[in-house]
Amino acid sequence: MNFISTHLLSTILFFPMLSAVVMMFLPKDENKLFRWFAFVASLVPFALTLVAWFQFKSSQPGFQFQETYVWYQAIGSSLHLGVDGLSLTMVLLTTLLTPLAILASFSVSDRVKPYMMLFLFLETGMLGVFMALDLLIFFVFWEIGLIPMYFLINQWGSANRDYASLKFMIYTMGGSLGLLLAIQMIGVLFGTYDLVTVYQRWNSLEAGSMLLGMSVHTVKSIAFWAFAIAFAIKVPIWPFHTWLPDAHTEAPTAGSMLLAGVLLKLGAYGFLRLVLPLYPVEAKMFAGVLALLATAAIVFGAFGSFGQTDFKRLVAYSSVNHMGFVVLGIAAAAYSIGTQDATIALNGAILQMFNHGLSAAGMFFLVGVIYERTHTRNLEEFGGLFPIVPIYGGILIFTSMASLGLPGLNGFISEFLVVRGAFPVLTVFTTISMLGLLFTGAYILKGIKKVLHGPMNEHWAHGEHKLTEISAREIIVMVPLMALILWIGIYPAWILDVINKAVVMLF
Amino acid sequence: MNFPVLSVITFTPMVAALIILMLPAQRKNEARGVALAAATFALLLSFWVYFSYDQATAGYQFIEKYSWLPALGISLHFGVDGISAPLVLLTGVVMFTGVLISWGEFDESKHLSAGIQDRPREFFAFLFLLAGGVFGVFVSLDLFMLFFFYEIAVFPMYLLIAIWGWIQTREYAAMKLTLYLFIGSVVSLVGVLAMYWLQYKNTGILSFDMIGMEKAGFSQAFQNIWFLPVFLGFAVLGGIWPFHNWSPDGHVAAPTAVSMFHAGVLMKLGAFAALRVGIMLLPQGAHTWSWLIMLFAGVAVVYGAYIAFVQEDMKYMIGFSSVSHMGLVMLGMSTLNRNGIMGAGIQMFSHGVMTALFFAITGMIYDRSHTRQIPELGGMSKVMPFATIGFIIGGLVSMGMPLFSGFVAEFPIFMGVWQVQWLVAVIASISIVITAAYIMRNIRQVFFGPMPEKLEGHMGDVTVLDKVAITTLCLFMIVIGMFPSFMVPMIQTGVENVLRLLGGS
Amino acid sequence: MFTSTTFASILPEILILVLGMLVLIVEPFWKEEKRRNVGWLTAGGLLAIMVISFLFGQPGAPTSTLGGMIRFDWLGFFFKMLFMFAAAATALLLMDNEKVGHRGEAYLLLLASLLGMNLMAVSADLVMLYLAIETTSIPLYILSGFMLADDKSTEAGFKYLLFGALTSTIMLYGFSLVFGFTGTTNLYQLTDMFKAGSLPLVTTLGTMALILVGLGFKVSIVPFHFWAPDVYEGAPTPVAGFLSTASKAAGFAVLVRLFFVTFSGFAVSWTIALAVLAAVTMTVGNLLAIQQTNIKRLLAFSSIAHAGYAMIGVVAFSQLGAASVIFYLAAYIATNLLAFGIVMAFSRVTGLEDVKDYSGLSRRSPLLGLMMLAAFLSLTGMPPFGGFVAKVFVFAAGVQAGYVWLVIVGILNSIIGVYYYLNVLKSVYLYRMPNQDEENHPIPLTRPYAIALVVLAVGVILIGTVFAPWFSWSNAAALNLF
Repeated sequence: MNFISTHLLSTILFFPMLSAVVMMFLPKDENKLFRWFAFVASLVPFALTLVAWFQFKSSQPGFQFQETYVWYQAIGSSLHLGVDGLSLTMVLLTTLLTPLAILASFSVSDRVKPYMMLFLFLETGMLGVFMALDLLIFFVFWEIGLIPMYFLINQWGSANRDYASLKFMIYTMGGSLGLLLAIQMIGVLFGTYDLVTVYQRWNSLEAGSMLLGMSVHTVKSIAFWAFAIAFAIKVPIWPFHTWLPDAHTEAPTAGSMLLAGVLLKLGAYGFLRLVLPLYPVEAKMFAGVLALLATAAIVFGAFGSFGQTDFKRLVAYSSVNHMGFVVLGIAAAAYSIGTQDATIALNGAILQMFNHGLSAAGMFFLVGVIYERTHTRNLEEFGGLFPIVPIYGGILIFTSMASLGLPGLNGFISEFLVVRGAFPVLTVFTTISMLGLLFTGAYILKGIKKVLHGPMNEHWAHGEHKLTEISAREIIVMVPLMALILWIGIYPAWILDVINKAVVMLF
Repeated sequence: MNFPVLSVITFTPMVAALIILMLPAQRKNEARGVALAAATFALLLSFWVYFSYDQATAGYQFIEKYSWLPALGISLHFGVDGISAPLVLLTGVVMFTGVLISWGEFDESKHLSAGIQDRPREFFAFLFLLAGGVFGVFVSLDLFMLFFFYEIAVFPMYLLIAIWGWIQTREYAAMKLTLYLFIGSVVSLVGVLAMYWLQYKNTGILSFDMIGMEKAGFSQAFQNIWFLPVFLGFAVLGGIWPFHNWSPDGHVAAPTAVSMFHAGVLMKLGAFAALRVGIMLLPQGAHTWSWLIMLFAGVAVVYGAYIAFVQEDMKYMIGFSSVSHMGLVMLGMSTLNRNGIMGAGIQMFSHGVMTALFFAITGMIYDRSHTRQIPELGGMSKVMPFATIGFIIGGLVSMGMPLFSGFVAEFPIFMGVWQVQWLVAVIASISIVITAAYIMRNIRQVFFGPMPEKLEGHMGDVTVLDKVAITTLCLFMIVIGMFPSFMVPMIQTGVENVLRLLGGS
Repeated sequence: MFTSTTFASILPEILILVLGMLVLIVEPFWKEEKRRNVGWLTAGGLLAIMVISFLFGQPGAPTSTLGGMIRFDWLGFFFKMLFMFAAAATALLLMDNEKVGHRGEAYLLLLASLLGMNLMAVSADLVMLYLAIETTSIPLYILSGFMLADDKSTEAGFKYLLFGALTSTIMLYGFSLVFGFTGTTNLYQLTDMFKAGSLPLVTTLGTMALILVGLGFKVSIVPFHFWAPDVYEGAPTPVAGFLSTASKAAGFAVLVRLFFVTFSGFAVSWTIALAVLAAVTMTVGNLLAIQQTNIKRLLAFSSIAHAGYAMIGVVAFSQLGAASVIFYLAAYIATNLLAFGIVMAFSRVTGLEDVKDYSGLSRRSPLLGLMMLAAFLSLTGMPPFGGFVAKVFVFAAGVQAGYVWLVIVGILNSIIGVYYYLNVLKSVYLYRMPNQDEENHPIPLTRPYAIALVVLAVGVILIGTVFAPWFSWSNAAALNLF
């Protein structure tokens, strides 16, 4: 156990990957074995994350569980891992959602082995981003997470998967190009990629000095936008969001769960981890733009969602809408950095990330559950299903309510905090966003109505097409999500405490 | 321990070539067997060289020196440094895998004629002559011998392409390739002779020894005049824009193993010689002209990627992608700083392994489907899953995906360029996205797209030997990507020497 | 005066004379169908002479013997060795040429010509030189027209005779002018007189030009090359091979000695003239070679081009230059004899001489194909064959002397060379016979061919890889010029 306690993060990080490699050597065509193996393999990091969560000292400043290994010494990059309250929350979200996603994929029967392996690789990729304390390592994992996701969509997705996966790939890679260049520039300037060092050196640069033939201000502005655009595409912020509905809709259910649940958080995390600390001045300068885009995302996301007839697309657009709040919180914090409002907004934003992870994953899963049975996602073809599948209906309503922001459930807490923090500083944008929130209610209710209520579509009631109730396995997937949704909604302190301390220390 | 390992490595393929030629023509499998044995032996030796190279002392090691023609100062002077040791290993790897995939299988009923079925004896003999030449260039510390081996490495290409190549373009491509390379090499030769005589005039030493020539004290004016001919003459083989045109044509026409050699090691030969002779012996000239090299290389990177993007023929696509990637090598060299040259060194290895893999898999597909047109292919993942994974890994390397060797190589190159001219870095980086686009398009269509009807039924999986080859190549790309320290410190030691000659920085 | 040195200085020639007698005596005793065995005798005899000369006839410091007629030095010795080697190989190659090789006279003429060449290499006197040149030429005129029934052969003999007679007359005129102005015919004494400036410059240059005509004919440089393609094509192939190698080298031996020693005072003038000639020769030879379809004509033009390359070494006018010319000629003799040998072996079986007829050769006879590869790549200048090293040395000498432009011309020309030499190899390796049934048309090699060709091929590779001994001999020879 000694090894694990000193190498906690690296164990969490690499365990899924190593399991995937082991899996490669398992005998062929043992689908059941693959499923359980992957599931168990993904539970281990979760358990270890819980260990980390409880060992984590939230009031201690700086990064904890730090580990450093030689990686690419020649250019000054090392495998430097560490977490603070912010990243630990995200790690928890990731390790929680991955087993659930794998459990949710037990119904996949096409090429199970590579499918499960890709999920495990994906988990390592995502965790790496959250744990990295080295810019280059951050980028490494940032990019590498793309690959499994690309293949998951491309191979196990639905009809339009080719288009969607390529769009996803090109958008994200194009976005990260700027990130790559900016990271290179930082590396060239400082000769190191270590985040802790870069924080200090970057901000202590003298305003008048010249770098690479440009003034510090120019360099910083360029770098700021390079970072911001890369993250904005990933979040995604309007108008960079168009890849998202396609990718989400075409991805397999579990893929969508992770895509919405974790991958979108990478962008927001990038803002919090890199953009705000490295470019406080620029961030403040451009906070208005960011807020405008966030508001646009909230409003147009909601409208877009409302207009969909495809259930999954509806949920996908809702992600745009919800992530808009995260960005709004970030923008507000950037604008008023160091104030009470900023802290509140950031608390809200981070919690919203976590919450959206829970509810979006749940929603996508529930869409997947019904799609598996009916092979359609067209809202017009459902209707009045509640009597046929009451348990499913109940779960769907519960999760939707979390998404809608019903008080008592988690979504309310975080959105409230964001709005509370943003209102004093970005009054206009926040007000408009509140209007957007109204439409959030509208589209969610529309979804529920179209699926569960209204005139019953007899097609699903009888005969060979009779809808079957949600299975025990599927309920098991939903239970942890619902429990957390409820728990945070009622008693958010356990997680907010960690987040808040991190925010206070960080900014 | 004075085992003359480098000369054994160099002459093993040549001796093997002779032995193979002496076998009776019908003994095809014996010829292949001898080839495989020799290749394995060379590979093991090159591993041994790689791992027993002492990075702490750096410099040239495993030195052997036999006086060859004292009157003119020609000696058989062998030695490797941190830059050439990986390239020796690369050659060993490509040679080994090249033999494996050329073994092939022949099955009339399946329309399958994989590998080399026509006159394998001559094929392996010429291929090994070429391999011996390549080894020779990488280990030579004597300019004359470097040229000697350089030419040996070039001319078998003509025969290999013209005889065993793709019937439609082989004559044209082989001749074009040979003429381009020959012109390049003799232009460099004149420069080298000029250096040789100037050294004699300056120091009174009549010698082709490269280590000695580093101290020859060529004047600034002399270096300015001769740097470009020497550098570009070699760089032609490295596929530098605008002298790259022979390369994709050559790739398309060449048989699989030759394409692997061509892109895998021959192009490195050009880049390596350009570095060794051009930059290291004429450092002042390099300083003067680096902007031009950077310009050429920058154009090659983006232009190559774009042209690759619009190709329909898989081999043309890979051929132009090689132009683009070798452009990165040249770009790294043109920075004349630590990061750039180091990246170039890694990129040489990385690209060598990657592109060998690409051509190997393309060859496997072609042998079974008899087409390389991307739109006419599809569904390969169902019949050859192993090759699919290999191609994907190669693709990721090509795109510069982190955790694969391409990233480890390209990243420092870009850093180096940042230090010199940030604009070039930004423009060159566009190629990454273009590369991603065409690689992904290719993977999507060829491996995962719907299988055309006419291919249905007579496509089989790759052979066990093919799988061994694919695995070997993939392992290198992953190991270097995950653990850069496998190769980087070694190359660093070599780079230090280059930097010393360039005058600090 | 007849000391052991004198004896050593003409030892090979004496032995050749003895061998010739032996041939004359033995031949009538053999039955007609056995007369080809004279070839064994000639080749074996020459080999023995080489060994004996090497053991007992090595020169020490350069000396003049026989009243200043002969210069006994390494330059001459090395050339003699080359000529004898070439003659031995030619004798072997003659043996299975039914129209020529089955008659003893052919071998006798060969030996007579060889005798002349040997003397050309060592002559230190204009009179001796002229005699030697004629002794070389006349047997060759006959050999070229040896096949009386063959119009082309007759034409070749006649053409060669006419051109040869004309140019040697002009050269003789040059010689007589020199004698008239200076009163001496000794090359070494002439050096000093020329240097002393006892002659008007115009006269010197004029005589130089006249002499150059004769030598230019021998080594077939442009514009004295017209005879070469026709004669090579028409003459019996072994004779053509001999003409293009030994005879050419003999010309160079004289050229080098004359210009490096006798005219050394006027180097400024003649180097430029020869540089221009060299450039023109290379270019014309190569450009015309491209269009040839007959392999013997192709080799003829290629041999013209090679004279141009070798001339770069002469132009360099340095010790390295001389050494490189000699080395070049050594490599070239082995290479070109190999090429002609293959052509003979091939057309003996097939009766064909066009490049396209070589299609599928590597399948019909892999060994012959490989040797063809060695010969043509050596002509191209690719390692590990002799041609590469030779070319590099010549170019090195050129660069050293500051003739970078000439070297560049040489390089451009070798690129043209790559093109047409590779085209031949393309036929050999790539193309196939019309019915693709090469297995049914093998090309057997008789024993003399096999021996000659293998020896030559090994020689080509040895010169290209272990070049140190050959170069040090060339260098020793070159040393005698300064």
